[in-house]
Amino acid sequence: MSDAKLALVTGASRGIGKAIAASLGKSGFIVAGTATSDAGAQGITEAFKEIGIEGQGFVVNVSSAESIDELLAALKETYGKTPEVLVNNAGITRDNLLMRMKDDEWDSILQTNLTSIFRLSKACLRGMMKAKWGRIINIGSVVGTTGNPGQTNYSAAKAAVIGFSKSLAKEVGTRGITVNVVAPGFIATDMTDALDDTQKEALFKEIPLARLGSPEDIAETVNFLASQGANYITGETIHVNGGMYMG
Amino acid sequence: MSTIEDRVKKIVVEQLGVSEDTVTLEASFVDDLGADSLDTVELVMLLEEEFDTEIPDDEAEKINTVQAAVDYIKANVEGA
Repeated sequence: MSDAKLALVTGASRGIGKAIAASLGKSGFIVAGTATSDAGAQGITEAFKEIGIEGQGFVVNVSSAESIDELLAALKETYGKTPEVLVNNAGITRDNLLMRMKDDEWDSILQTNLTSIFRLSKACLRGMMKAKWGRIINIGSVVGTTGNPGQTNYSAAKAAVIGFSKSLAKEVGTRGITVNVVAPGFIATDMTDALDDTQKEALFKEIPLARLGSPEDIAETVNFLASQGANYITGETIHVNGGMYMG
Repeated sequence: MSTIEDRVKKIVVEQLGVSEDTVTLEASFVDDLGADSLDTVELVMLLEEEFDTEIPDDEAEKINTVQAAVDYIKANVEGA
């Protein structure tokens, strides 16, 4: 069994999560990447093989407590250890103006983007406390701080992630466990591919670095927070947004 | 095989870093042995592992002394 630490990255089949998994893998972590479907998990396993990092894909529904329990059991069985690095990246959007927002659009965002972080952190903390070392890195969003029309649900959840992370950081700091947030701005993913050139031009006026971020820009920040070099950083939110919002 | 009491005491001594003679049956983890709230959570985790059992949260909250831990284990863990 490998001595390397196990890192769990949710939502690792594409976009930011995929880049985070690759970056942690290259840093020497065994990476368990999660997806919501068998095909997604299979794709993760293949992607890891291709770039030569240790680890594989697992199926999990982060909004289900049972599914999370099964995942932790599967990790224990596969690697004989629990994750010491947890990257809560999985997330969804269900944008709508508040006046038109359905209960379901509100509830599903809170479940998937916030409650999942509560559940996964709780599940992984036991192992981290035993190890007296751990890293919980939550992926937030610039809109959790700035707000954005059409995203009351999403920005509320992302702002809540910051409060959650600060409180948990205070609870578990004495055990060598840090909890931080990385808050991306506009990143080139499937989500932003939908923007046309005019929209992008308008966007770049607000971004001093005048480009969309890459998933790797986020992944490198996460990788740093997971490293020994970030030992003394906790409860912090690091904005990675090209300067569109400066904390 | 050591007694349940000995096994519980050993866990308390190791987790809280206190000397064996302070860990009496009645000593309160928090008030007498200087445990913080997270220590009490970890103690329960360690008891679960030592005795291969799962202690529900509402029961865990009542385990504040060695005696309470011993009583819980005697009542709930077969073969301990």
